[in-house]
Amino acid sequence: MTAKPEVVEVEGWFGSDSDGAYLVGSRCTACGSYFFPKQTFACRNPRCGSTELDEVPLSRRGRVWSSTTNHFAPPPPYPAREPFEPYTVVAVELPAERMVVLGHLVRDADPAALRIGDEVEVVIEPFYESGDATHTVWKWRPVP
Amino acid sequence: MSRSERERDVAVIGVGMHPYGKWGRSFVEYGVVAARAALADAGITLDDVQFIAGGDTMRNGYQGYVAGATFAQALGWTGVPVSSAYGACASGAMAIQAARAQILAGFCDVALVVGADTAPQGFFGPAPGERWNDPDWLRFRVLGATNPTYFGLYARRRMELHGATLDDFAAVKVKNSRHGAQNPNARYRKEFTLEEISASPVVADPLRLVDICATSDGAAAVVLSSRDYARSRDVDAPVRVIGVSTVTPTYPNTYVDMPDIGTDSAAAVDPPALSYRDSIAAAAYEEAGAGPDDVSFAEVYDLSTALELDWYENIGLCGPGEAEKLLREGDTTLGGRVPVNPSGGLACFGEAIPAQAIAQLCEVTWQLRGTAGARQVENARVGLAINQGLFGHGSCIIATR
Ligand SMILES: [Zn+2]
Repeated sequence: MTAKPEVVEVEGWFGSDSDGAYLVGSRCTACGSYFFPKQTFACRNPRCGSTELDEVPLSRRGRVWSSTTNHFAPPPPYPAREPFEPYTVVAVELPAERMVVLGHLVRDADPAALRIGDEVEVVIEPFYESGDATHTVWKWRPVP
Repeated sequence: MSRSERERDVAVIGVGMHPYGKWGRSFVEYGVVAARAALADAGITLDDVQFIAGGDTMRNGYQGYVAGATFAQALGWTGVPVSSAYGACASGAMAIQAARAQILAGFCDVALVVGADTAPQGFFGPAPGERWNDPDWLRFRVLGATNPTYFGLYARRRMELHGATLDDFAAVKVKNSRHGAQNPNARYRKEFTLEEISASPVVADPLRLVDICATSDGAAAVVLSSRDYARSRDVDAPVRVIGVSTVTPTYPNTYVDMPDIGTDSAAAVDPPALSYRDSIAAAAYEEAGAGPDDVSFAEVYDLSTALELDWYENIGLCGPGEAEKLLREGDTTLGGRVPVNPSGGLACFGEAIPAQAIAQLCEVTWQLRGTAGARQVENARVGLAINQGLFGHGSCIIATR
């Protein structure tokens, strides 16, 4: 059996290079504010409002702000696995951007071991399987 | 303390509700029942009403988007202007503020404010369809970040930073269920025990099913008037709204709020001195010329038991990290120093979104009148009601008598 092709779940939100995975955000060229998901048309800093925004990779590592594990299947459009598997959502503070970004915890990590302030890094992992593809998404993995 | 009347006070001359539940009927019917109850309570008829403000519901079709007109039509058109406001859980506060502004601007003397909802079963999901540009749709699709997910994040953070325990969350539930058992409008009127709570399944760790508020059908209405009108009707010492806050966040808001996938960034601008939730209460206090020490009781938005503890600090009942102490010492229980959620709160009502802030003002009014019966707060002088709607909607109302 050959592996299904991988497709990214949301186009343009994350990528990878020789150093590993990263989230793609935008950065205002005038004031330096970051945005994730990307802000494409205007900076949201009320004292700026510049329309010049660059696409930039965000910090690959951050610190846990909080986390929670969901034990019930959420409503559509979440593509829940069958049978349902609990999943952990982690909120992570990025140091340079001074912002918090949510993401799932990687499947093989122990959510009970996570503490506020723990270092995590972004990785790309399978999210769910459809008929002809493996859909991938960004996740947070504890840094040993 | 007693507060003399001020220029910007408006009177609450009538309040009414439709009991909460899962009745399976149209929200319009609930709204009409609540509105008629409020008019009867005020001792006036629809002909005396000069403005109708509705809180919108998003899950009941077009009628829900034009709630002001929907209720005006269902009560019987009288030609008065209407407004319809949506601010998620803060919709009711927006409707109250619209009515108050009409009165204070001198456009009318008497306004009716109505909010009602017919809610779906289970977790709230986003509006249907595929919308890859809608942050509310994306958080469900890409993260499965339900509303309880956010409550779970806050609760877990509270446990680690401030030493809250599962017993504390259970104690909030026990307290509110005891309060709400005395409330004829509440949906759940059963006193919970610690054993029952610990047997409840975990939904969003560390929160259990009973820690998280349900979605309900229900309605609330208030009749607001100018002070002169209240005097002309010989209303004896009416309850007065002395502060209303409907503030939005100040950039950058770096606290995770529904439906954020990523917060604002503080890379270029430092976060404001007050957190967003703190600022919601601060704006109402400033308008009211009052502070936390003046508050005799509060109705706070307990979407989860843990969130109730956050609110104690946001409204200044205690400092950061001290909410558990306040709870454990019984200060926020009926009979304590500053009872919180004497109505039973969302724990006993569930949320009927556009009715929520209006229902809070109903409870505040009954308490200030001294007519709350078995759940009456002693010496209720100043009541504060606070909530927050997703997408940056603050809601805080302070009233006195
Ligand atoms: Zn900028």
